[in-house]
Amino acid sequence: MKDMLTPYVTDDGRQIGETLMDMRNITLRFGGVEAIKDISFNIQEGEIRAIIGPNGAGKSSMLNVISGFYNPQEGEVWFRGKKRPPMKPFQVARLGIARTFQNIALFEGMSVLDNVMTGRLNHMNAGLFSQALWKGRAEREETENREAVERVIDFLEIQAIRKTPVGRLPYGLKKRVELARALAAEPKLLLLDEPMAGMNVEEKEDMSRFILDVNDEFGTTIALIEHDMGVVMDLSDRVIVMDYGRKIGDGTPDEVRNNQEVIDAYLGVAHD
Amino acid sequence: MLYREAGDFKTSYQEDSQTFPIAFDRYRYWAVLAFAFLVVPFVINDYWANAILVPFLIYAIAAIGLNILTGYCGQVSLGTGGFMAVGAYACYKLMTSFPDVSIVIHIILSGGITAAVGAAFGLPSLRIKGFYLAVATLAAQFFLVWLFNKVSWFYNYSASGQINAPERTVFGVPVTGPNTEAWAQYLICLVFVTVCAIIARNLTRGSLGRTWMSIRDMDIAAEIIGVNPLKAKLTAFAVSSFFIGIAGALFFAVYLGAVEVGEAFGIQKSFLVLFMIIIGGLGSIFGSFAGAAFLVVLPVVLKLIGVDLLGWPTDLVAHFQLVIVGALIMFFLIKEPHGLAQLWRLAKEKLRLWPFPY
Repeated sequence: MKDMLTPYVTDDGRQIGETLMDMRNITLRFGGVEAIKDISFNIQEGEIRAIIGPNGAGKSSMLNVISGFYNPQEGEVWFRGKKRPPMKPFQVARLGIARTFQNIALFEGMSVLDNVMTGRLNHMNAGLFSQALWKGRAEREETENREAVERVIDFLEIQAIRKTPVGRLPYGLKKRVELARALAAEPKLLLLDEPMAGMNVEEKEDMSRFILDVNDEFGTTIALIEHDMGVVMDLSDRVIVMDYGRKIGDGTPDEVRNNQEVIDAYLGVAHD
Repeated sequence: MLYREAGDFKTSYQEDSQTFPIAFDRYRYWAVLAFAFLVVPFVINDYWANAILVPFLIYAIAAIGLNILTGYCGQVSLGTGGFMAVGAYACYKLMTSFPDVSIVIHIILSGGITAAVGAAFGLPSLRIKGFYLAVATLAAQFFLVWLFNKVSWFYNYSASGQINAPERTVFGVPVTGPNTEAWAQYLICLVFVTVCAIIARNLTRGSLGRTWMSIRDMDIAAEIIGVNPLKAKLTAFAVSSFFIGIAGALFFAVYLGAVEVGEAFGIQKSFLVLFMIIIGGLGSIFGSFAGAAFLVVLPVVLKLIGVDLLGWPTDLVAHFQLVIVGALIMFFLIKEPHGLAQLWRLAKEKLRLWPFPY
């Protein structure tokens, strides 16, 4: 087996780098309920990392810890070689972590273009007066960021719906717009919470292709939660398996597939 | 047939993000501006200025202000009257303390002072939302009116408790005080409206506007993409109050001339401006104008029809007005939450294809 913590090159020629994010002994409690129990894992630069597990295993809680929604009671979060103090979600976003949601969280009243442009907010800092007059920095930034956004729009093939209000779009496209918004932020780490939930086979194929392309072309590190095992096993470099808030497996898809504890958790086991 | 966008190609992102992307809209905008600046001042008389045009322009500024807060940032406010009072009293104190400084600067400074007060009252918005925030702003409304009644420093210890605008001139023409002519009143308000509307439009189409709208549509998602909710809400309160303060200053200094705070800036005013943006259209600058025009013109038209034409008693017509406004509010909230602006937008979309149905 490859040594996971050193840089290596995958079979299909992608460069996997140093540790980008390191979760150390994370414990998260809601009152008396332990949603996450003493879990440690890391995410290496450039890889696609999947988190799987039965319902209620604590996968989404884990993503929420990474994105700063919840601050764990115990444990440390290390990002890019530095320990991250407890933060608000918007501060985490500024570190370069973007995410999508399980149930789409788009801005329904705005057009697709404006939605994707919100992803660039952290790249825009023109002052109030410049914006009020639409001169100087504000106008320049608007154009520059529009160019960046148009590249993402081209990449995800949503040019035709640019000016459409998001509320009018079908489900599959909304998911894609949400991905576009996260991508527009040019994140170091992209978190996808069930990117393929509720999609048909064709939409899943599209989405898988986009995820692979994002990883390949931009070198974005991706952590994703997904229930479709076929997709997970095909896409990801390494998989974490969670059950009842514990980590029961961690490794390449093949290792995880053959892990007895994982099989028990998914198929159930006879108690004698 | 005139209203076409075919062949109107954009070759740069600046062109694509301009205020009026369609050429015909642009020409109409310039035509309206030219008419308002070059024709109306020569034909205006006292009746038109006092009954319709000046209140319309001033309410339009207030509606733009409230629309930024409620329509764009999604924070309901019932404190508009109170904030207008802040603008009015700030303007009065500045006018009487620094008589040599231009009234234009005073009005802008009043906006600035109101912005600071508005931001302070906006602080609870980080913790409370919706109805609860509305009640918190209601407290601002009552507190501010009480304050201006109670503390006589604000009305320079005058016996009546009223504030009266002394005469001030712009380029030698009086714009406040009893000697003001209708066209001067109209023109100064028009200049402020134009500038305010352009600023509001620029702010709302840029990154600040997107920050506000993201908070309005889904605050959790906004936070996850890096919007600081406190900063976004406070800037919305500040910018909104800035416009409302200017409206209050103009309302007092240019329109009324003499003000008693409870009467001019009571809770009625808060509701009136809120109704304007509901009927006009939430989240639309044009809607602010449409709503202001509608609610300023409605009583005048009703009086013309009811009292002058049909000979009904005045109080009956006044009650009818309440009924009609109430019914309209319900209609718009249920049937068309985006107000007159949305009806206008739909009409334009139909017009694009006219005479073909699709």
